Amino acid sequence: MTYLDFEKGLAEIEGKAEELRALARANSEMDVDQEALALDAKAAALLVELYKNLNPWRKCQVARHPDRPHCKDYVEGLFTEWTPLAGDRNFADDQAIMGGLARFDDRPVVVIGHEKGNDTKSRIERNFGMARPEGYRKAIRLMDLADRFNLPVITLVDTPGAYPGKGAEERGQAEAIARSTEKCLAIGVPLVSVVIGEGGSGGAVAFATADRLAMLEHSIYSVISPEGCASILWKDAEKMREAAEALKLTAQDLFALGICDRIIFEPVGGAQRDKDETISRVGEAIRGMLGEVDQMDRESRRAARRRKYLDMGSKSLVA
Amino acid sequence: MNWISNYVRPKINSLFSRREVPENLWVKCPACGTMLFHRELEDALNVCTSCGHHMAISPRDRFRALFDGGVFLELPVPVPVADPLGFRDQKKYPDRLREARKKTGEDGAMLVAEGEIGRLKTICIGQDFAFMAGSMGMQVGNAIIAGVERAVQERCPVVLFAAAGGARMQEGILSLMQMPRSTVAVQMLKEAGLPYVVVLTDPTTGGVTASYAMLGDVQIAEPGALICFAGPRVIEQTIRETLPDGFQRAEYLLDHGMLDRVVARKEMREELARLLRLLTNSTPPVFGDLPAPEAIPALPR
Repeated sequence: MTYLDFEKGLAEIEGKAEELRALARANSEMDVDQEALALDAKAAALLVELYKNLNPWRKCQVARHPDRPHCKDYVEGLFTEWTPLAGDRNFADDQAIMGGLARFDDRPVVVIGHEKGNDTKSRIERNFGMARPEGYRKAIRLMDLADRFNLPVITLVDTPGAYPGKGAEERGQAEAIARSTEKCLAIGVPLVSVVIGEGGSGGAVAFATADRLAMLEHSIYSVISPEGCASILWKDAEKMREAAEALKLTAQDLFALGICDRIIFEPVGGAQRDKDETISRVGEAIRGMLGEVDQMDRESRRAARRRKYLDMGSKSLVA
Repeated sequence: MNWISNYVRPKINSLFSRREVPENLWVKCPACGTMLFHRELEDALNVCTSCGHHMAISPRDRFRALFDGGVFLELPVPVPVADPLGFRDQKKYPDRLREARKKTGEDGAMLVAEGEIGRLKTICIGQDFAFMAGSMGMQVGNAIIAGVERAVQERCPVVLFAAAGGARMQEGILSLMQMPRSTVAVQMLKEAGLPYVVVLTDPTTGGVTASYAMLGDVQIAEPGALICFAGPRVIEQTIRETLPDGFQRAEYLLDHGMLDRVVARKEMREELARLLRLLTNSTPPVFGDLPAPEAIPALPR
């Protein structure tokens, strides 16, 4: 378990309980049960307390937690017959984007998502979930495929942002993102999206422009990272707490603003403390969202999706 | 006016420059250092007469040079709520907005105009870099939608001049949502069979490049314009190496297949007149100084 900085107190209590139990294992005459149980109870109470009202910066930390379930975990947990499809047919296969065919509740679907990786080797392979133009072009290709064969598209969003690299720029990072967003708005099949961790700016918009958007309770979706915003507006990247607060980037803020359609509650202590439960709740949400848009015909579904984005934030669009 | 005259107080300025002429009569070209007389520079549409460097130009000045007779009708843009998030960094967002309005004399970063270019009715949408770095907020989205709706109604093409540092951070997620919003507008235009021409000017970056500014039927850029998703500084920090000369400039993008054409500002009117008439299957253009169309009343200058 990786503890976040604000979980230090919790780490100490849990550490103590663990120590006691280790001592008891080494020395059979020691009876530590009651003490250890008391510590467990204390830790559990503290965990509830800590996660009850996470401030925006702490939410960012939880959203980026390395032990959180990632795209690959959801693909394994929610789908059967997973058949990854690779490549953009122009340049490369971008490992930061997982994409392919699968079955969801016995129904064939197309799944597209950012994968961050879960150890040093896979993180490097996956480029920490930062896609290059090839990743977005692979996604465009898969959305076209879904549209042609009438398969719903499920996207899982978890990226710090699109990769800021030389080659990525030369091959048209901006254009690839713009076309991917355009494709999201052009297809007639259902498109539902879940922000499972970090929704980083344009790199997230390219997939999250959907009929329905759900966000995990401690996920974020923002125009810029708090650190980036702080270094531009505060001229000090260390002001990320203030920036996180000001940007209104939590699932709760986005729900209030009408950007996300539902919040998926996480187990106590965050998704990283109970992956299976989180994955199954995300599955429920996907099922629910698909149910809401399944019955529409292609044209009205697409028209409704476009209307949704044209009207987005309309409460605040006209003074 | 250059940025020094806008930001540095005249008194402080005079300590350093000790010029014998009044303020603002001469502008130094940031590329070649030539001192340019302001009237000459205005006549050249803010392009250095010595080295051809394209400086920023306000949408209003651009439109005067572009439309027949220098005349256009400004279209109303629905005004968004000033500060939807109650955003405050070192300054309050409403204060930043007020300053930008005072500095530019405009309501927002995007201006929408209707007029004729070479006798072809056209909607022009222009982004004002002087207004909070042209950043994309709800007003920008509203302007694009207003322009597109008018174009669909009038069945005429749209030319969009992009110039922006990216998204308006002070509007948070609502600024990011202008990416899909403006994309829907572009789709409305395309489905109506109307041309959408984008002119990328210096600089066009971030979420603006990654949405409406890269979705044109024809992509034009002004010479030397910086066009990118991530800026050169961010990339250098990421890859820890120096970038090649001219990286992310218009000519570099042209070489890499990301643009159709690089066109100088003074050629832009003829370029657009020809292009729009070709795309709309109209008769060849008539060039030269055309008088204002009768349908549009002359505006006081």
